[in-house]
Amino acid sequence: MTALPQMFHDWFATKGWSIHPHQQQMLDRANAPALLLIAPTGGGKTLAGFLPTLVDLAEAPRDGLHTLYISPLKALAADIKRNLTTPVSEMGLPIRIEDRTGDTPASRKRRQRADPPHILLTTPESLALLTSYEDAPRTFKGLKRVVVDEIHALAESKRGDQLMLALGRLQRLCPDLRRVGLSATVEDPDAIAQQLARHPDPCEILLADPGPAPDISMLTTDEAPPWSGGGAAYAIPAVLDQIRQHKTTLIFHNTRAQAEIFFHNLWLANDDGLPVGIHHGSLDRQQRERVEGAMVRGELRAIVCTGSLDLGIDWGDVDLVIQIGAPKNVKRLVQRIGRANHRYNAPSKALLVPANRFEVVECVAALEAVRAGALDGDPRGRGPRDVLCQHILITAAAGPFDTDALYAEVITVGAYARLTRAEFDACLDFCATGGYALRAYDQWQRLLQRPDGRWQLRDPRAAQQIRMNIGTIQDTDTLKVRLKRNSGGKPLGEVEEGFAASLTPGDTFLIGGQIVRYEGLREMTVEVSRNAAKKPKVATFLGTKFATSTQLSARVIEMFQQESWPELPAHTADWLHLQREVSQLPEPGRLLIESFPHDGREQTVIYGFAGRNGQQTLGLLLTKRMEEMKLNPMGFVATDYATLIWGLTRVDNPAPLFDLDALQDGLETWLAGNAVMKRTFRASATIAGLIQRNTPSARKTGRQATFSSDILYDTLQKYDPGHLLLDITREEALRGLVDFGRIEEMAQRVGNRIDHITLDRVTPLAAPLFLEMGRVPVKGAAEEKLLAEEAARLMETSGLANITPEPASKPRWRVGY
Amino acid sequence: MNCHDFTFAGAALKALGSGALWWPHQALLCVSDLHLAKSERVARRSGQSLPPYETRDTLERLAADLAATQARLVICLGDSFDDLTAAASLPEQERLWITQLQAGRRWVWIEGNHDPGPLEFGGTHLQEMALGPLTFRHIASAEATGEVSGHYHPKAGLHARGRTITRPAFLFDSKRLILPAYGTYTGGLHSHSDVLGTLMQPDALAILTGPMPTCVPMPR
Repeated sequence: MTALPQMFHDWFATKGWSIHPHQQQMLDRANAPALLLIAPTGGGKTLAGFLPTLVDLAEAPRDGLHTLYISPLKALAADIKRNLTTPVSEMGLPIRIEDRTGDTPASRKRRQRADPPHILLTTPESLALLTSYEDAPRTFKGLKRVVVDEIHALAESKRGDQLMLALGRLQRLCPDLRRVGLSATVEDPDAIAQQLARHPDPCEILLADPGPAPDISMLTTDEAPPWSGGGAAYAIPAVLDQIRQHKTTLIFHNTRAQAEIFFHNLWLANDDGLPVGIHHGSLDRQQRERVEGAMVRGELRAIVCTGSLDLGIDWGDVDLVIQIGAPKNVKRLVQRIGRANHRYNAPSKALLVPANRFEVVECVAALEAVRAGALDGDPRGRGPRDVLCQHILITAAAGPFDTDALYAEVITVGAYARLTRAEFDACLDFCATGGYALRAYDQWQRLLQRPDGRWQLRDPRAAQQIRMNIGTIQDTDTLKVRLKRNSGGKPLGEVEEGFAASLTPGDTFLIGGQIVRYEGLREMTVEVSRNAAKKPKVATFLGTKFATSTQLSARVIEMFQQESWPELPAHTADWLHLQREVSQLPEPGRLLIESFPHDGREQTVIYGFAGRNGQQTLGLLLTKRMEEMKLNPMGFVATDYATLIWGLTRVDNPAPLFDLDALQDGLETWLAGNAVMKRTFRASATIAGLIQRNTPSARKTGRQATFSSDILYDTLQKYDPGHLLLDITREEALRGLVDFGRIEEMAQRVGNRIDHITLDRVTPLAAPLFLEMGRVPVKGAAEEKLLAEEAARLMETSGLANITPEPASKPRWRVGY
Repeated sequence: MNCHDFTFAGAALKALGSGALWWPHQALLCVSDLHLAKSERVARRSGQSLPPYETRDTLERLAADLAATQARLVICLGDSFDDLTAAASLPEQERLWITQLQAGRRWVWIEGNHDPGPLEFGGTHLQEMALGPLTFRHIASAEATGEVSGHYHPKAGLHARGRTITRPAFLFDSKRLILPAYGTYTGGLHSHSDVLGTLMQPDALAILTGPMPTCVPMPR
């Protein structure tokens, strides 16, 4: 056992603490090449990660970078800096700690490269940027340890893959580098350990005492939740009650739009004037910082927030977490709850507030899953090659490189361990020449092979452009929102470009908890004025984000088979009885399909309970058949339980939709042309460096040509169908779909056991589907029909009306397509 | 051939779904803003390697329109090439193709801001051209009548039952007609933008391109 130095011992003593067993274990294994610690939030996890560094530097002070700390959030890096500075300064340790994120001033960033601190706190993107400079070997010289915090959050996205590729590079620069991962509870620690360690090094996993089980329950209210809707306005009085009874409450929402609406309603009902704030990623940075500051000082009683306030940030005395809407991911729910009550060994308290009645069922199923310890999550699969392409470009930006050495480095990354040399070479070729069958502009290729066999950038100025494009997060293009100049010009936040395009002057919407009126667009900024309206006219923005999976389908369909539901609140049990009365509840082994008109379109719901990926695939296949059968499908949306398809023509007989031979025929062409593929292509093409990111400054100067990725996709499909990026697109898109074989099996299994029910209105069970995120448009014959119909209407009324929307008294939910 | 028939400055015209303008009386086909060899220019200037197939795609569509209309006169309304160097560096195969398309018909290149000089291709090079009641030039002028121009790459969007449908579009009023961009890699400017709103009269119409060209009051 490595003894804790006296100085540390004393410091722990003055705090009245003793070292946790897992902190001691981390210290004992300070020399392990890779180590993964799984510990609950509040368990001294961060200190456990840093203790070996602090001890090492206390005993043998030295210059230069010693430990690199990576976290998924900028705010987390800043927070850790605060927490780490306390022991360092109280013990008088000769340790300099600095953070480096997108918000760090350029002058300090330059200085950090030449004169790095002992401990540098940063994000995966900032690290990738650091490795893209020629002086990276000097910056990282002598680096001993890297600590990856909240690794469970990084591991499930491309950010994690990018980070691990960067660590591969660092490991080559500093062969003795030790890797430490800190994670919240996860279902498969081995998978994360494999990603963390240098392949094929082993990685020991330390499990800290998980502490007492969290205290989670569903908030029961006198008022019944609605059939549909995500606002949970009905629960406002009950939530206010809870805020009064607790010190600090975090109120999580699944989307920013829901957070805005809830905050607005909460404020209208807040008769005691409790200090309540709002925090989400679209708000202006200053506004976010103000809320964060107020929270740290304990001035707020509650914060309405989204995932931007997620993860392990220590915001002080949170003693209650409220989750509005069914948790879309049980694992995330448990991690969020870990945020409440940061005292180790005290149970965390959380309340679920379902927004509609279907969510009541989901919440009950989720609580069962939590009690059973069944956390969800999808296996990650192999490392995405678009991220590898970006890594090759980053390597080139840092100077000439040898391809054999780079390949050897890449396959030390767990996720890329099985990458073949041929696959690697194809990525290199793409980076160098674009990888087209037509060698149209070889003279302008991006990378050149030098006489010594190494590769370099043709034009060194390209390094700048590569750096601007670093990162794997797919931001939808957003526009800044500010008050009009004569109202002060204050920045308020951001909205999606697509949302801004749908606004007409006079429209009102919510941002930062206030209602504003759209005035116009000025130099790529949305100008608004304050508005005293009670209700916003347009009720949503940022509405196309994918919901993550709950994987609760088996539990839910099982629950549906019961005669009655004593475990559910009466209003929800009644609602299920009503579904049974007007239609029926889905049964295992049969397929329930409902068709009804709604919203000016013909709707069909297929309750397959095949999981979100399965239902998504089903949507793709069925819309193909519907297009062929001239049913004019316009789009679909999938949940774990059902697929909703809308179109112009009513489905009278769904059986032919499942005709397997017809499904197969022309399937590839249909899938290739689908919006899911185009969306995936856009993401991969941006990451791989084919399309430049639309930075606001670039758009403003107009120097950067922006290209419709859909047109690039169509052109590639037509003239170069074997191109690497199309191959990558297919591979990436398939991560969100299931094998078509499985859908075939399902069609065969169900056979003629289809229960098709035609109704004249929405059923109870179908109602919540209309607000689902992730709608996929189908652009077929229906579009031409719509166009003709709308044109006829417009030409008839022209002269009377320009194209202005009809006034609406209640909020219109602008879900696209 | 799907098209929308309309009368402009007394001339009976057809807006083709492809974005080309067909004037049967003169056997004239007019296309604007081809931006040929755009990917070459982008690669040369930024190192970004877009799929180099847009010239082929644009010419394929042009060839189809020529075959369908049997046009005897072709007017390329400017910005036919993404710049003069791009024009000069067009691959042999594509140069030959253009020559083939030119065979047996009159061909006029109107100068655009991207290609302001003479080109090495056959045909006539003009700043602008008048024919009957119509004048063809690249950029709309302030005092225009019977003017056919391009340059702005106009597009127009409609909201129908919850879906927004946006297409490259012809815009016209009693004085001017603006053609959509014909080239494959060409973005568009919304008809509700200030510049188009100011340029076009209040009663302007838009013809959305696509499988069934559709005429609506110009969305503002």
